[in-house]
This record gives sequence, structure tokens and C-alpha cells, in this order.
Amino acid sequence: MSKGVVMPPAPKPVPADYVPVFFPKRQGGARAAGGPEEPRTSIVVVGHVDHGKSTLIGRLLADTGSLPEGKLEAAEKASREEGMPLEYAFLLDALLEEQAQNITIDTTRIGFRHNGRSFEIIDAPGHREFIKNMVTGAAAAEEAILLIDAKEGLKEQTRRHGLLLSLLGVSRVIVAVNKMDLVDWKEDRFRTLEREIREYLGGLAISPREVIPISAREGANVMRRDSKNLSWWKGPTLLDALVAVAGQQGIQTEGPLRFSVQDVYRFDERRVVAGKLESGRIKVGDPIVFFPDRKSSRIKTIESWGEEKPLTEVGSGQSVAVTLEEQIFVERGHVGSLPDHSPVESREVRARIFWLDPEPLRLQAPVQLRLGTQSVEARIVAIDRVVDAEKLEAANEAREEVGRFEVAEVRLRCRRPLVYDSHEKVAATGRFALQRGPRIGGGGIITEADYPISLAKAVTGEHLTWTEGRVSPESRASHFGHEGAVIWLTGLSGSGKSTIAVALESLLFRRGIGSMILDGDNLRHGLCADLGFSLEDRAENIRRAGEVAKLMAESGLVVISSLISPLCKERDAVRSSCHASGLNFSEVYIDAPIAACEKRDPRGLYQKARKGEIKGFTGIDSPYEPPQKADLVLHTATEKVEESVGRLLEHVLGLVQLKEVDRTSAGGPGGQI
Amino acid sequence: MYAKTIQSLSLMSYLQHLEDQSIYIFREAFANFKNMAMPWSMGKDSNTLIWLAKKAFAGKIPFPLLHIDTTYEFPEMLAFREWARKHYEIDLIVMVNDEARKRGIGYETHDPVTVTHELKSAALQQALAKYKWDALVTGIRRDEDSTRAKERYFSPRTADNEWEYRDQPPEFWGQFTTAVKPGEHVRVQPLLDWTELDIWEYVRREGIPIPKMYFAQNGRRYRSLGCWPITKSIESSVDTLEGIVEELKTTKTSERAGRAQDHHERNAMQKLRAKGFM
Repeated sequence: MSKGVVMPPAPKPVPADYVPVFFPKRQGGARAAGGPEEPRTSIVVVGHVDHGKSTLIGRLLADTGSLPEGKLEAAEKASREEGMPLEYAFLLDALLEEQAQNITIDTTRIGFRHNGRSFEIIDAPGHREFIKNMVTGAAAAEEAILLIDAKEGLKEQTRRHGLLLSLLGVSRVIVAVNKMDLVDWKEDRFRTLEREIREYLGGLAISPREVIPISAREGANVMRRDSKNLSWWKGPTLLDALVAVAGQQGIQTEGPLRFSVQDVYRFDERRVVAGKLESGRIKVGDPIVFFPDRKSSRIKTIESWGEEKPLTEVGSGQSVAVTLEEQIFVERGHVGSLPDHSPVESREVRARIFWLDPEPLRLQAPVQLRLGTQSVEARIVAIDRVVDAEKLEAANEAREEVGRFEVAEVRLRCRRPLVYDSHEKVAATGRFALQRGPRIGGGGIITEADYPISLAKAVTGEHLTWTEGRVSPESRASHFGHEGAVIWLTGLSGSGKSTIAVALESLLFRRGIGSMILDGDNLRHGLCADLGFSLEDRAENIRRAGEVAKLMAESGLVVISSLISPLCKERDAVRSSCHASGLNFSEVYIDAPIAACEKRDPRGLYQKARKGEIKGFTGIDSPYEPPQKADLVLHTATEKVEESVGRLLEHVLGLVQLKEVDRTSAGGPGGQI
Repeated sequence: MYAKTIQSLSLMSYLQHLEDQSIYIFREAFANFKNMAMPWSMGKDSNTLIWLAKKAFAGKIPFPLLHIDTTYEFPEMLAFREWARKHYEIDLIVMVNDEARKRGIGYETHDPVTVTHELKSAALQQALAKYKWDALVTGIRRDEDSTRAKERYFSPRTADNEWEYRDQPPEFWGQFTTAVKPGEHVRVQPLLDWTELDIWEYVRREGIPIPKMYFAQNGRRYRSLGCWPITKSIESSVDTLEGIVEELKTTKTSERAGRAQDHHERNAMQKLRAKGFM
């Protein structure tokens, strides 16, 4: 069946000194403002099925001479094969089955130029089944053309697409009343439709820039005026209207700093925090606070690979990578902000959502909320109203679910605090996608945000109850979203154990990780009140502390024990006891020289020990054995507290966070909360 | 309003927007997938991808590149490959479908669609089976071909390497499909929104090194680079980037016109792509 090609002569080998590379002269360099290229406007074309979207796009391309050679001929040929006159829609409907069904399947994008302006059309399908593609297209568009069939008038999808445009934040809308030829080019028909659509869109807070009569098939009023049939029309043609404001979207409006962290790279000695500037600017030397941990630092450098000069400032919308002055703990999902104008940090979200998946989204069912680079498990705890796209009215009955293609006002509760803004204030951090299983099923915009009160502390754990009976460690872990652990801090008095324990506890708590400090001194007030400071009593004190820590870790908590625990033997005993019960155990050595501890002496104990008022004080007249195989060593005399705590947090998260495999199986038990 | 207190309202260039978006896509892919790779054809798009990856990852590309060597490569391109491997410090994997070559598959005896499928798509399939990548970065653009206009930034492929273009997940607000089942992978497409002209403008803006074959030698040059038996040069005296950009602004011939396998039969491209061709 197959046959070879006519072979050209084989290429000759290249000489050894052949230079295969062309080095273009660098023009202007990266980040140059302005630049030689034209601004480009992306346009989405929406409207009811068969109201002529593909035809309009085909017409725009043909009239502006934007088709590659051969495309028009190919469309003519395809039309002939189907036994039809030239179908402009065929220019786009490249796939075979689309031509057979005469509908557009998916979002297509194609560019054209007119009067020195560049446009990119995102064609969104009108078929009801494919509305998710319309959302994909419209979310990326700066301007929308809403098509209405002059004969059929406003249909369900005309209204639904209008609603989605308002929801997706596309506020620049041109309405084109198409197929004017089918209503004999009558002005009164056009004016009636204009009134209806203006009224409908007005209810959605959309004021169309223009409402224009056209006939895409006849090419009337798209690029060319039709003085014969549309002599009564004094307004612009569709292309005139597009060109009038083209390029204006290029102006970036500035807002408060929101830096979504995508990743932290440690490919070499640097720690590079990479992400997207959703809003605001970053300058070298600027202070920056990362939410939800509220760790602050300053911008040290801005990554400048490929630049002639290091960058010192970048603006809104840009991809950025920075290094920080301090080695604070930052990870994917964190949001950088300025100390003032901070975002909201809360587990509760009020939003208007749309749902695209055939399976409805039910009250209390877990769903993954993705906002910027954050991803948290959430559930709808209240459906305030479901909006009917046809009537723009709220459904009367109380609803327990949001169905396919419905729009609803809801309250969501997240498992961990979410960092966000109201959509009105910062669009990019005020909108989110909802993902169920592997697929994105819907999205929403945040309608209300309570600045700057954080609900994180107030609501954490409020709806979690203890599960009784035989619960496996695995289901406990999936229930809490993390594993339990014993984090055993050991070190001299005054080495910084308590400070670090307190900081770690609150960082873990903010991430929704249940944690508790077990403080040596506090234990002696109750459980160990009967014990003194002899070596025997101190050993018993450690044993009891170890047992309590173990019990709490088994219950799912991350226990941070803060005891001097001077002897290797005793610490090893706790370690092996934990490992025997299948528990995570980490020995963390808080390493500070005794001179430094004595200098700090926060409670005046060293002074008393030196005077002989305290006997058997560790490091003075009682031994301290540094760990031989600590899981982590924190040098509190030379590191900043933030650095120590950051490294510890990273270590603990690595220990207790569920792996990807565990997370997918975690859906079941989580749903029972 | 806060927004009004900051004065510098600058018109950000469209190329800058494209660069930022591509870098964002690269980083999202690297953060979400465990084992990604980047097929690299050494063409202008591929070299733009390398450049963007270097920017995205602070000068170090943290995943391997894959060159599918059809054994019909221009010697000039193989020389370029070795230059780039050293220059960019690339972890490069070279894959040849030896099995098909042993069966005698070649342009001398088979039609271009068959040869392309065997020596490119099947070779890619073999590499996927061997290295078990869960994401592949491709340099495809929407303007290349009408079937590509329907692509997503993150486009899932089935275990059989097939593209289910009828049922694609929605994609909006920078949220992509990042979950794959075992054996499946996602095509990550940072250049989707770029046009051929954008690529050249960017190559010029950044000074990105590209193969010399794009420039005229004895009155002819290559606009697109593929296997030598089916890649035709065009008549042109252009030997500067500025010249290429000018030539493009006036031409109406589609970019892949010099590639024979696209024109073999109606919808050839769609058939190739559904089977896993990039």
C-alpha cells in the first residue's frame, strides 16, 4: 500500500569547523516596556447554538484577508463535497465530525489583523453540552461578542452566556444582532431586540459597548457597511467597534501586592522563591509578608537569568523569582503581601459559583478549592440561593445541591485557612476553580471578604469530633489530613526549646494540623508533681512525658515535647517506644553553647545554680549528653529564630503530611465529617 | 483607592505577557508532576522553550530533554544538538526507533505519514514506556494548524497516547488539569498562545541562538525544519532575523507548507495528532 517519496540527494556531512548556530543580536532585551510588537485583544464569541458564531468568525477572517493561502479554497472544496454553498463556518470547523454535525465542538483560537490592530478570536461553542469550553474561552477573553439571531431573538443560551460573562468578569461586551437579512433588514425588529438585550444585561451589571445589526453570511456591517440594506444604521461596523478600544487592556491596573508562590527552588546554594505577581509590584529591598504563616522578610534579589542587567523591579501580571534576606520557610500556596493591605485569611468563603459537571455538587460533599497556587479541601455548608440563568431569579425551594450549569450563592468551609481577596478588590485572588476527583468541575468568584479579621483561630476544629471505636491510624490520618508525630526537642535550659515549640505549634495550627506542646515544667505541676530532681526521678519524669506524648500522637496530634531530657539512654527509650507503636518520632537537638544559654538565662536559673541554690542543674553540676543521631539540629545561638523554626517546620511537614496516594484515598472517611 | 496611589501605569508588551504566561505554565507543571520531560526538536520553537525554561527555573532546567532522532536528521542539526547540549547544560536523551528501522521503514519505501508515525510517534511511545514520564512539555502553537487551535495548556493523553479532543476538561484562571492515572500523561504546552511571528520577535528581543539553517544559503532557506527527505527549503535571500520577520508579515503561505506529511491526504494532520503526534 505504501510508497516512498522521491528522494532528494542526501545532505552532505558538515565540516568539522562548521558553526551550526546563529546568534541574533539582542534587541531591547527582556522586560522592556512597550516593545515593537502590537498589543493584542482577545475576543470571545458567544451566543445560542446556530446563531451564527462560526460564520461570523469565518467572515471576519476572510474580509480582513487574514486567512493563510489555501484555507478559503479548502473551505470551498469542503462545502462542495457536502453539497452546500460556501460555508464560512467550515473555515474553523476543521475537524471532520464537526463538519458532519455543523456545530463547533471546542474552543478554537485564531488571529486576525485589521487597521494595525491584532485580535485573537476565541470561538466558544453554542451547543448546551459544551458550555465548559465556553467558560474556558470566555475566562481568557478581554472582550466578548454576544450574537443574537435577529429572527429567533434571545434564547436560553443567550441569557446563560450573558450570565457567565458577568460571572467570569468579562465586562466589555458588544452585542451583534445577526442574520438581519432574514428579517428583511428591518430597523424596528433590531430596536426591539436591542431593548430586550440591554435590559437583560443591565440586570447583570453589564452595559454593552455597542449593539450592532449585521449579517455575517452576507458580509453586511462586519467590515463593510451595507448602504443598501442597512442605510438606517448610523453606528459603527463591528470591526470599527472592535478597533476603537483595541489594545487598551494592556494597561495594568495596580493593586495591593499579591505574590502567589508556585515553588521554591534549591538547585544551587540559593533558595529561589518563584511565583506570579497577581497584583502589585516587587522591588529589591521591599518588605514582604507571606500568608498564612505571616513570616516576614525583604526582597534580596530578583532572578534575572538571560538579562543584561539584574532586575530591580517587576510589576503586576508577571512571573517572578526572588531570593529573600532571611531564610524563612516559604512554600507553594503561600501568598506574599505588604505588611499593610493584607489579604483575608479565613476558613470561610462566601462566593458565587458555577457548576459544569454532570454530577451535581452537593451540600457537605468534599471538593478541592483551587485559588492561585493554593489547593484546599472545602465543602459547601450553605446554599443561599440558586440563580436561574433563564429568568435571573432565585429558585424558591431550599436546595441541597448545585446542578450542572447552575449558578449559586454559597458559603464554603475549608479544611485549612485560605488566603484570598474579594473579587472586586483583587480579581486574581478573588476567584477559584472547584475540582472533584481529577477534573475541574466549576469555579466561582468571592463576593464578600472580611478584611482584616482572621477566623483561623476562632473556627479551627469546631466541627471535628472524635471518632469512637476501632479506627485505624490510616483512617485517622486521612480524617485529619495529616499523621500524628512526636517531635522531641532536647537541649540545655535556655537553649530556646520553648520559644521554638510555641512558634512551631502556631504554624502547624494555622495549616490545620492539630498540634500540642508538652512542656517539661508544666508536667511537673500535675502528672509529675510527685517527682524531684534526682537522676532516678528525672528519668521517670521523661518516661511519663514520653508515654503521654505517645498517647497524644496516637490520637492524631503532632506533639511537640519541650524537655531538657539530658541523657541519650532515656531519649532513645522514648524513640523506640514510639517506633514500636508505629508512630513518627523525631529527635531535634536545640544546640546552643552553655555560655550562650547562661548569658540568656531567661528565668535566672543559671545564676541560682552557680550560687548553689539549685542542685543537680544540667550543664552546671549534672551532665547533658548531646544526641549522637539527632534527626535535626537547630543552632539557636547562630541562626535567627525564624530560620530555626522554618527548618523545623519543613522537617515536620515532611514527616506528617500525607503523600499523594494517601490523599486520593482520603476522600471516603473525610466525607463523614 | 489604593489602586490610584501607584502612578506607574505602563503598557506591558504582548511578548512580555506571553513570556510570563509560559514561565507560569512551566512552573505549574514542575510543581505538579513528579517525572516530566521535554521533547526537543531543535527548531526555533524548541529553542524558545529552552530559553523560557532557563528563565523559569533560574538558569537550571530540572528535567531531561528528549530528542527523537529519525535517522533522517540534517547533519547541520546534529551539530547544533551537540552545541546546545553543552551550552545549556542539558540532560539530553536521544531516542531512535531502531526496531522500525530494522523492519525497513523509511522514506525510500514508505509514505511520509507511515514514516512519521513510526519514527516519531512510535519512538515517543517507546520513550514514554521506558521512562514513564507523567508530563511532556511540547512546543506546539495554536496557529500552526487548525486542529491545534483546539488544544489546552495542559492536555491529558490516554495510556495509548491518544488525545480525546471531544471531551477536554475546562481550563480557566490559571488552573490546569494536573491529575493523571497510571500510564497516562499530560502534554504541557507553554507556547500555545504564541504565533510564528511572536516566536521570531521573541528570538530577536532576547537574542536566542537558533540553527543557521533558517537563514539563506545560495538563495534558499528553511522556514520549518524536519526530516531531510521531506523538508523543502524556500526561495529566499533572507539572512537576518529582521528579514525573516518582514518576510512573515507579508506571506500567506502556511508555515508547515514545506512539510510533505501534512498534505498527503485530507485531515492527515488530525489523524497523526490523534495518534500522538505533536
